[in-house]
Amino acid sequence: MSPQLRTTRRGDVRPARYQALQPAAVVWLTLVWVVLWRDLSLGNLVLGLVVAVVVCVVFPLPPVRMRMRIRPAALAWTVVRFLADVVVSSVHVAYAVLRPRHRPRNAVIEVDLTSSSDLVLTIVAQMTSLIPGSIVVEARRSTHTLFLHVFDVGDAESADRFRGTVLAQEARVLRALGAGSPADAPEGATG
Amino acid sequence: MTWTTALDVVAAICMLSGALFALIAALGVLRLPDLLSRMHAATKPQVLGLLLVLTGLGLHVREPELIGILVLIGFFQMITSPVATHMVGRAAFRARLVDTEGLVVDELSQLDNGEEPRGAP
Repeated sequence: MSPQLRTTRRGDVRPARYQALQPAAVVWLTLVWVVLWRDLSLGNLVLGLVVAVVVCVVFPLPPVRMRMRIRPAALAWTVVRFLADVVVSSVHVAYAVLRPRHRPRNAVIEVDLTSSSDLVLTIVAQMTSLIPGSIVVEARRSTHTLFLHVFDVGDAESADRFRGTVLAQEARVLRALGAGSPADAPEGATG
Repeated sequence: MTWTTALDVVAAICMLSGALFALIAALGVLRLPDLLSRMHAATKPQVLGLLLVLTGLGLHVREPELIGILVLIGFFQMITSPVATHMVGRAAFRARLVDTEGLVVDELSQLDNGEEPRGAP
């Protein structure tokens, strides 16, 4: 939540500034600009670059502290599996909506993620919101815990099984990012 | 039948099914009993419906520079929709407006008062 504090030489304590200009973010924002204008001229490119730099300076974000080595095959499998799950969960919700006089039996479960990375927490939270029938009602960064509201789960046992689904999802994301086994995730130790 | 006709047929199928999913999402927001269930209806079928409509549009228009925008729209929808849902659900939970009677398991209300411990990063 709060940025880390840093003591300056004069002895005042103030929040440490993030490194504002992260190259990947600048490239991405420029790309979005060019695509939105549908104009790949030099002038537009430069203008997009300026806007991207201004945005990065005005709204600095914490850096992603994570050693990543993206594995294309695992990433492709994650995406394919994700799209398939989006279809499945949409059909499931649609079916529950259309069933007459059906009262869905929901559950709120707690899932402790194995990885201690903020990035993985974010990605898994995003993905589990679209699939497989859950939304995140509370996320705790300190313990890397997600609280999920699971739609139309039936009984307590299936709610318990659902935890495994989310952890499997996390494992797929970790494999795709090449983060390896959760134990050697480098960051987050300072917590 | 030429390729363009075939593509147009596929595009029409995508758009119609996408519109159907969007309609079901709207029905779900009306019909489901409690807030969090409605949030499910507002995210999943709606996002899939939009993706299908965008796919149909891309197949029908077949212009490379338009595809970039369509991909961006789909991408941002998939990023922002869970966040919006999360904020509504979280606010409802903290304000204790969630109907906990319909839940088979509830592991959040059992904790403290739903607040994150102080001093967390």
